[in-house]
Amino acid sequence: MWKWFSQYAKPEKAYQLCGTLFRWFWLPSLLLILVGTVWGLVFAPQDYQQGDSFRIIYIHVPSALLSMSAYVAMAVAALVGLVWQWRTAYMAMIAIAPVGAVMTFIALFTGAAWGKPMWGTWWIWDARLTSQLILLFLYLGVIALYSAFDDKQQGGKAAGIMALVGVVNIPIIHYSVEWWNTLHQGATITKFDKPSIAPEMLWPLLINLLGFALFVAAVSIKRMRNEIVRREIHRPWIKSLFLENEK
Amino acid sequence: MNPRRKQRLTIALAALVLIGGAIGLMLYALNENIDLFYTPTEIIDGKNGQKPYVGQRLRIGGLVVPGSVSRDQESLAVIFKLIDTGPQVEVRFNGILPDLFREGQGIVATGTLTSPTTITADEVLAKHDEEYMPPELAEKLKGIKHVKPSEAEY
Repeated sequence: MWKWFSQYAKPEKAYQLCGTLFRWFWLPSLLLILVGTVWGLVFAPQDYQQGDSFRIIYIHVPSALLSMSAYVAMAVAALVGLVWQWRTAYMAMIAIAPVGAVMTFIALFTGAAWGKPMWGTWWIWDARLTSQLILLFLYLGVIALYSAFDDKQQGGKAAGIMALVGVVNIPIIHYSVEWWNTLHQGATITKFDKPSIAPEMLWPLLINLLGFALFVAAVSIKRMRNEIVRREIHRPWIKSLFLENEK
Repeated sequence: MNPRRKQRLTIALAALVLIGGAIGLMLYALNENIDLFYTPTEIIDGKNGQKPYVGQRLRIGGLVVPGSVSRDQESLAVIFKLIDTGPQVEVRFNGILPDLFREGQGIVATGTLTSPTTITADEVLAKHDEEYMPPELAEKLKGIKHVKPSEAEY
């Protein structure tokens, strides 16, 4: 298992894997997002107390969940980079970071747009909103730290430590609504109980969740491929690859 | 795994546990300050042995007591009572209430404690729960008939 996994420490192998995965992911992700969004925004029933405003859940929840999953994935890549010193691990880390940052921003933005009509305010410093904002700063910090080094291996190490330390924020975001009194409501689907949402509203949400997950994966993979090519441009295997493509 | 990798893994995990512990302790110490609001019971009986004093700015969160909402016919002034599990606290507010404001709804109000059981609020926010269902189901399941705020009788 480990042996199979560790072959992807080689940029060449990782490049091939990224190509295969991207081909599997991108089309289903777009189809799922299309189906889930149209179903959720047009065909799902209104909510009993929020009316049509609740429909923003179909963007808000997937992006919020993916912002956290992407962070965990980024931190795992950072750990592999720090301990086993794979070059590809840091490439994966920095490929995921901007995608996760955008997801975090979408979650914050849609949350504000949802909060104004329902709660009566765009922003409030409650534990859930604040910890999610910290997540955005963590992403930006990782990106900034990585770009601050000319030696990308050094930059990867520094940013990797930051990414790893920031992992403590993930459980804080998730449990903030249980540990403290917050304006933000509790978890609807990410809990062990039955989801507290009617099935005809849940299905498009689940479809969008899967769609967003595949989308984040596909974009990260594409970015990682580009990063590999950029860093390995002078290696013979890249040159032979491009020569092959030209034929 | 070779010894150097093992050492690096140990260092990385130890650092993570240490920092996690430090942040955990910090949050534990800050616990009462991270709470967004006081509940009505905490206003009356105090939180962690500390009672809020008259004149203190604070937030209160609770459910609007059904039948307690009274509006001034001439202005936007409104008085209602909040409850959680025990005593009730009166909230006075002069302004526009959010769409979700209803009797029985959870709300969060920011304002000043003007007497031990009265808060004069300058902002009222509605809190909604994590349950989503179509109106017909809500009526069948919970007996809630959705009323648009413009059609509400209070």
